[in-house]
Amino acid sequence: MTKPADQFKWQELTVGFVIPEPGTAREYHTGDWRSTHPVWDEKKCIKCGRCWVFCPDMAVFQKADQYFTMNPDYCKGCSICSRECPTEAITMLEGK
Amino acid sequence: MTEPSRKKIGVEVSIAVSEAVKQCDVDVVSAYPITPQTHIVEHLAELVAQGELDAEFVPVESEHSAMSVCAGSVAAGARTFTSTASQGLALMAEIVYCVSAMRLPIVMVVANRSLSSPLSIWNDHSDAMMVRDSGWIQVFVENGQESYDHIFWCFRVAEDEKSLHPVMLNMDGFILTHTIEPIEYWEDEMVKKYLPPFQPKFRLHPEHPLTMGAFGPPEIFTECKKAQDQALIATMPVIEKAWEEMEKICGRKYSAVETYRAEDAKTLLVTMGSFSETARVAIDEMRETGEEIGLVSLRLWRPFPFEKFRNAVKNAENLIVIDRAMVFGGPGGPVASEIRSALYSGKKRPRIVNFIAGLAGRDVQPDDFYQMVQHAKTKIKDGTEDEYEIYGVRE
Repeated sequence: MTKPADQFKWQELTVGFVIPEPGTAREYHTGDWRSTHPVWDEKKCIKCGRCWVFCPDMAVFQKADQYFTMNPDYCKGCSICSRECPTEAITMLEGK
Repeated sequence: MTEPSRKKIGVEVSIAVSEAVKQCDVDVVSAYPITPQTHIVEHLAELVAQGELDAEFVPVESEHSAMSVCAGSVAAGARTFTSTASQGLALMAEIVYCVSAMRLPIVMVVANRSLSSPLSIWNDHSDAMMVRDSGWIQVFVENGQESYDHIFWCFRVAEDEKSLHPVMLNMDGFILTHTIEPIEYWEDEMVKKYLPPFQPKFRLHPEHPLTMGAFGPPEIFTECKKAQDQALIATMPVIEKAWEEMEKICGRKYSAVETYRAEDAKTLLVTMGSFSETARVAIDEMRETGEEIGLVSLRLWRPFPFEKFRNAVKNAENLIVIDRAMVFGGPGGPVASEIRSALYSGKKRPRIVNFIAGLAGRDVQPDDFYQMVQHAKTKIKDGTEDEYEIYGVRE
């Protein structure tokens, strides 16, 4: 988008509110919603990738050292990764 | 100007409507059968199956899916038609609201039928009124010829680049859909001249990805609704032009607000849909006995033609508004409420009497109009106008 949503006048909107370019969901940082965040204990992690598979927002990614972490722009803190982890390596902590 | 063909043939109105859809060369029809719309979509299914209409007929498991298919197909740039009624429209309602905001020019015939319960398959306007505020262009027709003619009008108004709105054609179930009437068909050449090819502003295409129907957070939703309202209001010139052009093509003149023997009338009946045609007969009879009465037939329901309506009733002292739908616990029938709102700010306000009549297909004949007029006159004379009265209810 050319500018933030709260700066558009009604006359400037496209017909049918079409967004005429792809991939703009990336600009919406749903990580803002987070009230808890996952923390990985790399001593317990077996690099199985279940957290990566189950994350509904594709906000878990694998680092260069093959351990996992989350992308703070999109992790909503839902705790599904923590619940699905077979070795209980992921703990949810209060706050962003 | 093409010479209008004057040959009329006797045909069921539903069949004539589907023939018009065929003449518009639609690309996609998606519908779920429901009384009293059934003959329209059955005939279209036959036309596709027999190869007379080169279109995709998408049979679906519900009206919700029917409108969803229509949304997708028109978004991909296909000329798209559907039809439903009553409970079907209720089930479809979620997507009905989506497609208008998304400016997807679908054409839908609603064969008006009452909403349950009690279960009724017969005609009234409760289904149309349920989606009154859905942002569609909404038009009512009086008879078979108007139903047929307005299919061409609907596609032209919907798809015009200055419009891009879905259009709902309301025709009274059974009273119109199942009646055999003499209908003058258009030559295909006339349709071609009247209805240009559909050229969408945006369309779904793998080579040009875009987003339709994105979400709108609080920061922008209000601006979206303002834009949607302004866009619907701005269709008025397209609507008027489409009627003007139609007169040049087929010789029949239509307008947002039509009047009949209204010029010197102190009292005006206000009706919508097939009521209007019966009311004309009643007015002729009453005029013979010296009654100063005329008719205002409201053809365009959305966008509401405020200016034209105020102009049509400006000399009238009394309006008798006849609705075909209930507004439970409300201020009267939907048409009467609208008209009271439209006239409240004026300096000269007519007296308004509202009747609700013809629910679930109960017959309203010329004599019933006469009875309502006499009763209204008594109310006006005694100053006992109330919000509404249900005509003919046994008590």
